[in-house]
Formats: sequence, C-alpha cells, structure tokens
Amino acid sequence: MSSPITTEHYLVLSAMLLLIGTVGVLLRRNVVVIMMSIELILNAVNLNLVAFSHHLQQVNGQIFAIFIIVVAVAEAAVGLGILIALFRNKETVLVDEIDLLKW
Amino acid sequence: MTDIAFFYAFAALTVLGAILTVTLRNAIHCAIALIASLAGIAGLYLLQKAEFLFVVQIMLYIGGVMVLFLFVIMLVNLDGAAKERQYHRHWLAAVACLIGTGAIFAAFLHRGAGSLKLESPLPVVPGAGNVETLSMVLFREYLVPFEVASLLLLVAVVGGVMMAKKRID
Repeated sequence: MSSPITTEHYLVLSAMLLLIGTVGVLLRRNVVVIMMSIELILNAVNLNLVAFSHHLQQVNGQIFAIFIIVVAVAEAAVGLGILIALFRNKETVLVDEIDLLKW
Repeated sequence: MTDIAFFYAFAALTVLGAILTVTLRNAIHCAIALIASLAGIAGLYLLQKAEFLFVVQIMLYIGGVMVLFLFVIMLVNLDGAAKERQYHRHWLAAVACLIGTGAIFAAFLHRGAGSLKLESPLPVVPGAGNVETLSMVLFREYLVPFEVASLLLLVAVVGGVMMAKKRID
C-alpha cells in the first residue's frame, strides 16, 4: 500500500521553505538573521534531495544532502568568524550600514 | 493515517518556525524558532526513512550550528539592533522578486504534478538498513568527494579561527 503523502507534498513544502528563506535574505537588515535564512534555504534543498531519494529508492540523494550539510557547516563557521571581525571593526550588524565599497 | 498526521504536524512546525525566524525582532528568538524549524525537518527525514540524516540533522544542526549561532549572538551585542527598523527600505523590489520566483515555482510544480503522481514510489527493499546502504555508497562511489570534504572542513576551521581571533599588534 502506497503512502497518501506523495513526493509532491514534500516538493511544495520545500518550495515554501526556500521562499521564506529568500524573504529573510532579501528583507532583513540583521546579518545574523540573514545567515539563519541561508540555513533555511540549504535545508529546503536538502528536503528536496531526500524526497527524490525516497521517491526513486536510491541513496545518492541522501549522500548529496550530507555533502550540502558539510558545506553549510563550513559556511556557518567562516561566516560567523567574519561577522565577529566585522562587528569588532564597525560596531554594527545591520547590512545597510556596512557600506565600505559604496561611493 | 498516522503518516498524514505526522507529515502535517512536522510540516506545520517547519513552516511556522521558518516564518517566525524571518519575522521576529530579537535574534535569540529567531534562533529558537529556527531550532523548531530544523527539528521539524528532522522529523520529515525520519518519515522518509532517512534515519542517518535525521540523526545528523539533530546532532549537527541543532546541537552544533545553532549553538554556534547562539554563541555569536551573545558575543555580538544585538540589543541595539533589535530596537532598529528590521526591514530594508528597498523592500518593494524584494517583494517583486519573491512574487516572480513564487509564481515560477507554482507553475513548475503544477506542470510537474502529473509526472510525479504517475510514478508511485517503488516498494522499499527489505534487508540492509539506511546507515549500511549509505555507508556502502559513500565509501565506495563517493570516496574522493568525502576526502575533499574533510579538506574543506580543515580550511573552514583554520579560516574561522583566523577571522575571529584578535589582531595582536
């Protein structure tokens, strides 16, 4: 007996999650919240990969999800390091006040 | 029937957590909402029989990355930022972008709906569990990417420390 929850459900949920994450990246001013939104986007992609992995009954999708998690962790570590250095120099975490390259 | 109930419960947790993450004012509250969202995603992994990813999600994301975020939030003083305006002045352009992207997603999902429903998920093969199958494929077919990932993590560790440490002049 097949489950009433289809792959489609997971894809719709993943698309919603990705859009919410994009809202956070585009609209928020706080760098920390922007980085959290990036994590949301990466998780949406992972959900998509796992859904297709389940759909096709192959584990390759889950392997890709593992690699995405590795990259996300590396990104979070370096990004938060940059954030601390930035806060030490500029005393702000609002992205539109960080305008060194603007003229 | 429990499948449906669990799916919708976890999906609601995920989406509500995500919305709260994006809308709340205090960064600590955002982080806690994000933890709820990540836990919902972990539950969805379990529903899809990806047990290894379920454990990784809880240990690595909720236990590792989110603790890192909370540390940084407490290290960087965000009290001032919480009182400021939370959204950009150019929010209209962002909303226009989002509506466009959302329309494209909706169109593609609507178009692809039939093709996904026709091919029902294959029956689960009994025998080897998720972790065994995953490790077989990971260490046989994806050994080189696995080693490259360890190099990437090393570079990230060194880079993170270099970025965050105080300059000694």
